Amino acid sequence: MMMKFVFALCFSLFAAAVPAQGLAPDVQVKTITNEVIGIIKQDKEIQAGNRKKIDDLVDAKVLPYFNFSRMTALAVGRNWPKATAEQQKALTGEFRALLVRTYSSALSAYKNQVIEFKPLRAAAADTDVTVRTQVKQPGTEPISIDYSMEQTPTGWKVYDVAIGGVSLVTNYRETFNAEIREGGVDGLIKSLVGKNRSLDTQASAKPK
Amino acid sequence: MLRRFLGLLLLTALVGLGGCATTGGTPGDPIEGYNRAMFGFNDTLDKALIKPVASGYKAVMPEFARTGVTNFFANLGDIWIGVNNILQGKVGAGVSDLGRFTINSTIGILGLFDVASSAGLEKHNEDFGQTLGRWGVGGGAYVVLPFFGPSNVRDGFSRLVIDWHGDPLWYVANIPTRNELIGVRVVDDRANLLDLSRLAEEAALDHYAYVRDAFVQRRRSLIYDGDPPPESNPAKSSDSGAGTEAVARAGTELPPAQITNQWGERVITAADEELTPAKEFARAQSQPAAARQEAAAAAVSNGSGSVYEPKIPHNHEALLAISAGVRTGFAQASLKQ
Repeated sequence: MMMKFVFALCFSLFAAAVPAQGLAPDVQVKTITNEVIGIIKQDKEIQAGNRKKIDDLVDAKVLPYFNFSRMTALAVGRNWPKATAEQQKALTGEFRALLVRTYSSALSAYKNQVIEFKPLRAAAADTDVTVRTQVKQPGTEPISIDYSMEQTPTGWKVYDVAIGGVSLVTNYRETFNAEIREGGVDGLIKSLVGKNRSLDTQASAKPK
Repeated sequence: MLRRFLGLLLLTALVGLGGCATTGGTPGDPIEGYNRAMFGFNDTLDKALIKPVASGYKAVMPEFARTGVTNFFANLGDIWIGVNNILQGKVGAGVSDLGRFTINSTIGILGLFDVASSAGLEKHNEDFGQTLGRWGVGGGAYVVLPFFGPSNVRDGFSRLVIDWHGDPLWYVANIPTRNELIGVRVVDDRANLLDLSRLAEEAALDHYAYVRDAFVQRRRSLIYDGDPPPESNPAKSSDSGAGTEAVARAGTELPPAQITNQWGERVITAADEELTPAKEFARAQSQPAAARQEAAAAAVSNGSGSVYEPKIPHNHEALLAISAGVRTGFAQASLKQ
C-alpha cells in the first residue's frame, strides 16, 4: 500500500515535470471539447451544416486524439487476428471514414447544450481510463458521453465513445460478425466501402 | 427519455428488410424474421406519416414553444419516474422526482418551464421495465413491437401492461382531449429525435441490427443508471482481441485492495501475492466450460453477486459475466456459447 502511494506520488511528480508528455486524460477531453464547441458557437456556416468546414474542424482538432486501429480491432472482435495486415488496414480506413462522418454529423446537430465534465475516477498510474461527460438538455435527463482512453507513447488516445451507455464501437460488432460470416473479411470491407460511397453520394446530391 | 429512445429506435429506419435476413441466428434475437418485418412496418409508418408531421411541427413551431411542450410532457412523466425510483429502493432519487413535479407544476407554470433542473434536481429516466431489471428479472428475447418499436419480453410487458397506469394522460376523462394530447406528445417526441434518427441511419451498415444492439446496450446502461458493471461476455472476451487483452491485464495488474470471497475469507491480500482463484471457482480455471454451471449456481446462492465485483484474477471476466448475467437476466452470455 505504502509502495503504491510512493509510486503514485513519483508518477505525479514525474507527470508534472514533463508537460510535453501531454495533459491528463480528463483535462485533455475538456480542453478539446471546449475548444471545438467554442469554434462551432462562433461559426455560422458550421451551424448551418457546412460539411466541409465541420470535417476540417474535426480533422484538425479531434482526430489526432483517436486511436482508430484499436477502435476497428474492438469492433471486429474475434475475427480481427484472422484478417491479413492489408485487410486490417483497409478495414481501419473505411471504419474511420464512417465514424468520422457520424461524429461530424453529431457535431453539426449541436445546439448550445451545456456539457458537464465529471471528476475522473482513476489512479494516477492508470493507463486505461474512462472520462465521463454529460450533455444537459431541457426536458430530458442528461445524456452521458463517456470516452474510453488509453495511454500511448504519443499521449492519451480515445478508443471508444459511449453515448447514453451505447458504445459507438462495440455496437458494430454483431453486424461485422454477420458480414464476415457471410462474405469473409473482404465482404465486410466491401460493405463498408459501399456504405461510405452511398453517404458520399447523398452528401453531394443535397449539398447543405 | 426512454420514450424518446424507444421512439428513436422505433422511428428510424433505412434498409431494414434489405439487410442480411439469412444470418445464422443472432443470439438474443430468436425471432429475427418477425422482428425485421415489424421493424420494416414501423419504418414505413414513420416515413409515411409520423416523420413528415414531426418535421413540419419542428419547422413551424418556434424553439421556445417546442421546449415548453417537451417540458410539459416531461413533467407529467416525473411522477411515474419517481414511483419507479422508490420501487427500486432509490428513495432519495424518487423524492427528488416528486419534488421536481411539485416545483415544475407550480413555479414552472404547469410544467412548461423546467425550473427544478436549474435548481439542481436532475431529471431521471425510469420505467417499470427497469424496475423489474433491478429486481433481477431477465430481459428475455428481443422483440420489435408494432408502433412502440424495439423492446424485449420484460420491457414490452412492462410497457404495454404496467407503464400506462403511471401515465397521467390516460386519466384525462375527455377521450378526444386525451387522444389529442397523446398525439401531440408523439409528434413532439419524434421532432426531438429528428437529428438523432438521421445519425443512426447514417451510421448503420445494417440498420435493424444497429438499432437492436443499441437497444440492448442502452437498456443495460439504464438499469444500472449509467454505470453498469464492466461489459463481460465470456464468449466475446475469450476470442476477441480486446477481451483477451483485458484478461491479460487483469492477470498482471491487481488492485491493491484486499479481496474476499462471499464468506469473507481472504482471497488475495496484496498485489504481489501469488494469485489464488476463489476456491469455489478453482475448477472453473482448469475446465471453464464444465464449471460454468457450478459458478452460476454459486452466483445465485450468493444473492446480489456483488462480491464478484472485485477483480479475481484470470477468470474474473467469466465470473463477472455469470453474476451479471444472473443479475440482469441478459441471457446473452449463455446464448453466445
